[in-house]
Amino acid sequence: MKLVVLAKPVPDPAAAAERLGPDDRLDRSAAPNVINGNDEYTLEAALQIADAHPGEVEITLVAMAPANGAETLRKGLAMGATRGLLITDPALAGSDAWSTARVLATALKDVEYDLILAGFDTSDGVAGVVGPAVATLLKLPYLSSAAKIEPDLAAGTVRVRRISPTGFDVLEAPMPALIVGTQLLGTPRYPSLKGIMGARSKEVALRSVTDLGLATAGDGAVGGAAARTTVTAKRTPPARGAARVVRGPAADAAKEIAAFLAERRLI
Amino acid sequence: MPAAAGTGYRLTEDQVLLRDTLRDLADEQIAPRAAEIDRTGEFPQDIRRLLARYDVLALPFPEAYGGVGADLLTLAIAIEQIARACTTSSLILTVQSLATLPILLGGSEEQKARFFPDLASGRKLAAFGLTEPEAGSDAGAARTRAVRDGDDYVIDGGKRFITNGSVADLITVFAVTDPDAKTSRRLSCFAVEVPTPGFSVVRLEHKLGIRGSPTAELAFEQMRVPAANRIGEEGDGWKLAMATFDRSRPGIAAQAVGIAQGALDAAVAYARDRKQFGQRIGDFQMVQAMLADMDARTEAARQLTYKACVEVDAGGPEASRWASIAKLVAGDAAMSVTTDAVQVFGGYGYTDDFPVERMMRDAKITQLYEGTQQIQRLVIARALLGR
Repeated sequence: MKLVVLAKPVPDPAAAAERLGPDDRLDRSAAPNVINGNDEYTLEAALQIADAHPGEVEITLVAMAPANGAETLRKGLAMGATRGLLITDPALAGSDAWSTARVLATALKDVEYDLILAGFDTSDGVAGVVGPAVATLLKLPYLSSAAKIEPDLAAGTVRVRRISPTGFDVLEAPMPALIVGTQLLGTPRYPSLKGIMGARSKEVALRSVTDLGLATAGDGAVGGAAARTTVTAKRTPPARGAARVVRGPAADAAKEIAAFLAERRLI
Repeated sequence: MPAAAGTGYRLTEDQVLLRDTLRDLADEQIAPRAAEIDRTGEFPQDIRRLLARYDVLALPFPEAYGGVGADLLTLAIAIEQIARACTTSSLILTVQSLATLPILLGGSEEQKARFFPDLASGRKLAAFGLTEPEAGSDAGAARTRAVRDGDDYVIDGGKRFITNGSVADLITVFAVTDPDAKTSRRLSCFAVEVPTPGFSVVRLEHKLGIRGSPTAELAFEQMRVPAANRIGEEGDGWKLAMATFDRSRPGIAAQAVGIAQGALDAAVAYARDRKQFGQRIGDFQMVQAMLADMDARTEAARQLTYKACVEVDAGGPEASRWASIAKLVAGDAAMSVTTDAVQVFGGYGYTDDFPVERMMRDAKITQLYEGTQQIQRLVIARALLGR
């Protein structure tokens, strides 16, 4: 079985060093890059499918990012993905979600897959539309908000538990299909040290816009110059109020926290 | 990772990924256990399994025997990241490396094939048996005796202050095979697989720090060890022990750097949070100066340690000097940085509500084991004076 995991390199939220560039867009060099947190959850789901079918599953990480994204994808390879595919081109800087979806969908036409897995959203853009857009462009069944993914290779179908306001819906679709996952898929694993060693010999293929047969100007263009969204204003989010830190023995602290929440009718 | 060190002054991509991975693992899985491990004084088998699961215990062993084949710098980075969260936990890796270095350096291929796979996988633990009650810094004065008897050696005597000695499955024991020879030829090294008849754990020490790491006193009474388990030739023991220390002392230096960094991180977080006189204590210049000095001392010790790793790996006559300089400077840095961290916390730092008092107690051992700071100075002075 062949799985694709969309794994976007994003500025590490833990570094708390995000800042805007002169064009008011995210300065991607300001913080070290990591694989988008939600994408690690879908990668974990893919790795669990691979664990359950030893030797039968290949996982390809696919991303559109600046060239140093290859280094970021290495962690995913160390976790157990088979190979990476990075679409990188200076002309893609400043791409909007539409461009990103077009580029990824075009690149995926040359990739064999039974399933494409995408994270719920990304911590930098937070739009949550690229996954569904790729499914639409590739005319794939789209299964959203997955808490569990169960492919049946013999039947050529995939069953997904989709979280809903009241519990779960069970969806089934023929493969190939695109699934957007949630954090209920399971906590991402740490790479093993042998995985880190092995990641060096795994391939990350690079493709440019030209390689994909796309244009950065004119009709149907992709990239920053063709972005359909523009930054019109920016503002700093309001500062969070001072945190109240509860100290003391656990039993007393728990009572204090419970009282605090009860006061606000939160429990 | 092998051979990559020394080609540039920055860490390789692999080393950075390994460092970041182990930092996450230590922060999320080990740090929450550290206080309890210290309080109960119980050896953390769960952490041992965790380290085994992610191949951390495989780092010191060659790839041919199921290891990762890490160079010394990579090993030091790993030890540092674990020690930042919990010194006891870092000792599991440190001692797995220390205790098996005599086999790595002087063992036969047959011995490596026999012992290393179970050690690399973490199924078995190792301990290093050199120190005796009357032979600490003066290791050459060991009295434990090994006498050849057919295909075996019969070992009588005992060892003291053996880290992880009560939980190890394999102990590299140094014993006198030629009492009349000069110090450098008196000892031989044996891989003792335990339990074995005649081997017993007499007692465990009650210690100031590294409390989850059992420090054992061992007794050997007519303990038979196959001659096939002798590491190297008869009389090679001293040479193997000294070569081991060249490679293990940078690991202790890395442990010290990790402890210092853990204390610094805790102090910085506290200085940001704690308010007195209507402002964060980090806004006071006296606190700022302490934090800056702590950072500078920690970073200086780290860079020296990394450099020592590369120099020791490269070999050469300066290896012992580099190893001792790194351990001396890093051990002192850990002691002073953790002491200052307690100071930043004020009275709270003196309680076990916060980790810095534990770090301060743990730091002290890095000035004592694998050669006291005085022994490090002796090694350095000998290198200087050409003795």
